[in-house]
Amino acid sequence: MAIEDDVLVIGGGLAGATAALAAADAAPDVRVRLVTYKQSTLRHASGLIDILGYAPDSPEEGPLVDPFDALSDLPEGHPYERVGSEAVREALAFFDDVAGDAYAGDHTDANALVPTHGGTVKPTARYPVSTADGLASDDRDALLVGFETLPDFEAPLAAAHLEAAGAPFSARGATIPFPGIVRDDAKVTRYAHLLDQDETVTTGAGETGAREALATTVAERLADESRVGFPAVLGDEHAAEVRADLADALGADVFEVPMGPPSLPGMRLEDLLYDALEDAGVRVTSGVPVIDYETATEADAVAADGGSGADRIDRVVVDRNGTEIPHCADQYVLATGGLVGKGVRSEREQVFEPIFDCHVPHAADRYDWFVDDVFGEQPYARFGLASDRDLRPLDAGDEPEFANLRAAGAVLGGYDFAAEKSGAGVSLATGYVAGTRAGEEADR
Amino acid sequence: MSDAEQPTDDHVPGAEEEEFEPIQVFPEAEEMDLRPGADNCYKCSTCDTNCPVAEVDDEFPGPKFQGPEQWRLKRQDDHDVDDSVMKCSNCMRCDSACPSEVPLSQMHNTARGEYVEEQMEKFSREYLRNRILANYRRLAPLAAAFPRTANFVMGLSVTKWMGEKLLGITSEREFPEFVTETFREWWTKRGGAKVENPDKRIAYFHGCYSNYNTPEVAKALVRVYEHFGYEIMVPDQSCSGTPMFANGMLEDARRAAETNVRELAAALEDGADIVASCSSCSMSLRQEYPELFDFENTETVAENTWDAVEYLRVHEDLESELEGRSVEGDEFDDFAYHAPCHSRNQGLDGQTIEVLSMIDGIEAHDVGDSCSGISGTYGWKEENYETSMKIGEEMFEHMDAADAQTGLTECPTCSMQMEHGTGYEIKHTLEVLEAALVGSGSAAGGRREAG
Repeated sequence: MAIEDDVLVIGGGLAGATAALAAADAAPDVRVRLVTYKQSTLRHASGLIDILGYAPDSPEEGPLVDPFDALSDLPEGHPYERVGSEAVREALAFFDDVAGDAYAGDHTDANALVPTHGGTVKPTARYPVSTADGLASDDRDALLVGFETLPDFEAPLAAAHLEAAGAPFSARGATIPFPGIVRDDAKVTRYAHLLDQDETVTTGAGETGAREALATTVAERLADESRVGFPAVLGDEHAAEVRADLADALGADVFEVPMGPPSLPGMRLEDLLYDALEDAGVRVTSGVPVIDYETATEADAVAADGGSGADRIDRVVVDRNGTEIPHCADQYVLATGGLVGKGVRSEREQVFEPIFDCHVPHAADRYDWFVDDVFGEQPYARFGLASDRDLRPLDAGDEPEFANLRAAGAVLGGYDFAAEKSGAGVSLATGYVAGTRAGEEADR
Repeated sequence: MSDAEQPTDDHVPGAEEEEFEPIQVFPEAEEMDLRPGADNCYKCSTCDTNCPVAEVDDEFPGPKFQGPEQWRLKRQDDHDVDDSVMKCSNCMRCDSACPSEVPLSQMHNTARGEYVEEQMEKFSREYLRNRILANYRRLAPLAAAFPRTANFVMGLSVTKWMGEKLLGITSEREFPEFVTETFREWWTKRGGAKVENPDKRIAYFHGCYSNYNTPEVAKALVRVYEHFGYEIMVPDQSCSGTPMFANGMLEDARRAAETNVRELAAALEDGADIVASCSSCSMSLRQEYPELFDFENTETVAENTWDAVEYLRVHEDLESELEGRSVEGDEFDDFAYHAPCHSRNQGLDGQTIEVLSMIDGIEAHDVGDSCSGISGTYGWKEENYETSMKIGEEMFEHMDAADAQTGLTECPTCSMQMEHGTGYEIKHTLEVLEAALVGSGSAAGGRREAG
C-alpha cells in the first residue's frame, strides 16, 4: 500500500515550497505532500526575492528600473514567457501574503538596490525587512561594521566599493572583535545564537548580555552616521528583537548586509516557508530522495484524463536508507533544482534529469556546453527542462513527457538566473503556476 | 582531459552502465576509502549551520572540519585525528544537510574510531567512562536482575556524586529506572507469539532500552502488530551499536553488529521483515551498518529494516484503521511531539503528527526541528552536560509553550532529555496507537503488567 496524497511536490526549495502552498491554497480539500531530499539551496541564498535585475539580451545597460516592463521582451521558452507576466504578478502577491511583515518592497514595481557583502548593489523586487534600512537609494550616511573573526565581510572594503559605485551617501567601514566569540572559524549560527539568546559574554567592560556588549563596542566607532550595517548574522528566531535592541542602544537604525553561503536570511526564509506549509496542512517528508517512478496502465490513464496520449505517473519510489517506499498522488510537481541543487545532472556524454529522465535539450558535443569567456553567455547556465505553457516538461518531440507532471524552479531551462538575477522570481512564478494547476486538477 | 584524469564518479545515476574503465592511479585502498565523498564537498558549510553543537559551542569546529577537511589532513602522515571529534554528538543532522552527498557521519564515525583506538589512553577515566556508557547493555542485565537494589543505589546522591567525581558522568540527571520484569522475560512468560501467520511475519528489534527500561513500548508494539494479524518473532539480539559509534568503540560495535546481522538475516530467511521501535536502532541497522561493516547479509538486513509505524503505513491501511477511533484518558488528549534527529534523518519527522491526526480527540503539536541535545550518551558526560542543555533550550521553550499534557517521541534518550528539561511525562507513538487500536483497557495498564 502506497502512502497516498493528491498532489506530491518533489523538492523543498523556494519553487517546491511555493508549489505546495499554492496547491493547498487553490484547493483546500486536496492533500498535499512535499518530499525533499537534502536541505534546500535556500541556505545558499541571499534571501532577496528578485524578479529580473538585468535584461538577458542587454545586461550591459545596467540594472532594470522596472522588471515588469521587461517581461514582455523575453525570448520564447523563458520560464516567464511560458507562464505570462500576469502570473508573475500573482505569484509575487502570493509571496507577499505568505511573507507578511518579514519582507518589504511591495509598495512599488521598481527594483530596490540592496548593498551586498562585496559592496556591490543588487536589484531586487522584495527584500527582508532586516535589510530595509540599508538600501543604496537612501541618502543617509552609513557605518558598516565587520567582525575580525568573520572574514566573509570586509567592512572597509565594502564601504569603499559602495562609494566607488556611486552610492548617494558616504559609507565608512570599521572592523571590531565580536564580543563572546574567540574562535577564528565560529559558524554564523554561533553568532546568531549568541544574540538570539542574549548570552552573557565577558568583555573589557565586564559581564553583560551579548547584544549590549556588541552595541557598546560599535558605539565607540560610531560618528554621526544615522544607520549601521552588519553582516547578516543578527539573530535567527528573534532577529527583529535583536535589531531593535541594537538600534535602541546605538541611537541609529540597524540593517543587515546579505552574505554568501551559508546565509541566515536564506535560512529565515526557509523557516518562514516551512511554517507556512505547516499552517496550510501540507505534509512534509524530508531527508529522503525520490529515486524512481512507475507509470499507470493505459486503462487507468484513459480513465483519469480521457487519454491525452502522454503517459501518466502512477507512483514514485522514495528511498529510505535502502527501503523503497511507494508514494502515490494524482498530480506531481518536479522542483528539484538545477545543476547546483542536482535536479539536473551531467556526466561526460550527457546532461539529464535523474528522476523521470525528462528530456534536457543540450548540444551533443560537450565542448559546446560552455564558451571560453568565463563571464560570457554560458550555454550550461540555461540547461534544464523545456516546458509547455502548463509547465509540463516536453520530450525531444515537443510533446508532454507525462500528463500529470509539471516542473518548477531551476530544474527548468531557458534562462540564466545568475546573469539576469531572476532566480527567486522564476521559482516563485513557476512554483505558483505549477502548484495552482496541480491543485485545481487534483480537485476535479 | 586524458582518461587517467577522469574524475571520480559522484554517484550519478545511470553512470554504472558506462563502459569507461578507470586507470589505477592510486594504490589499492587497504582501509575505508572516503576520498570520493571528501571530494564532493564544495565547502558550502550548510552542514555547519545544522550542527547543534557548533551553534552553542564555538570550540567545536563543526562537521565540515570533522568530515572532509579532517579526512584530507589525515592523508598527511604527521597529522593525528583532532581530539575535538569527541565533541561531536553523532546526531547525524549533517548527513541530510549536505546538498552534495558527502557521507559526513560515516567520516565522523571512522575518525572517532581511529582516535579512540590510537590516541586515547586506555587507562584514562574518559576511556573507562565512555566504555561503560557505550556498553550500558552489559550492566543492564545485572541491574535488571536486582532492579530494586539497582534503582535504589543509582538514585542515591552518593552514587551520583561518585559517578561524577570518579567517572565524569553528570550528577544532574536521574539514572533511568530498571524494570522488575524485562520485555524478554514478559515475552517468554507469555509464551511468545499469540498469532501465527506465515504470510505476515515481523522480527522485532526491540533494542536495549525497551527491554530493560520501557517494556511498555515493546508490549505496545506487540499488541498493535498482533491487532493487524502479524506473527511476531523476537530474535536474539545485541545492542544496535548506536552508543558505541558515538563513543568511537568500533570494535564493540562490530561484535554487536555481527550478532544482530546474523540473527536478523536468519529471521529474513524465515519470511519476516525487521521492525524497530527506537529510531536510533533503526538508523543504525539501516545506515551505519552498511557504511561501516561488511558481514554477509549486512545490506540485506539494512534494506529490510523498517520503523515500526512506517511499516504499518506501507503494509496496512493504518490511517483508515485509525480514522474515527478515540482514546480514553486525559493524558492522551494533547501531546508535545519532538521528532528525534535519527527519525528526521530517515524522513520520518512528519509521520507521527500525520498518523495521530486520524484519531479523534488527539492533538499532537510538533515542537519544532531543534535537537533535544542529549544525543544518547553525549549529554550524560559531565563535560557535555551544559552544552547538551543549551542545545535543548529551544525544544524546552517550545514544549513549555505548547498546549499539551504529555510529551511524545520515539527516541529513549530524547525522552529522558524532554522529561529532564520540562517535567512532562513522555510517551512513545506506539503507546498511543496501542491505546487507540487495542483499547483503553491496555492503555491504562500500559505501565502495569498486562497481556
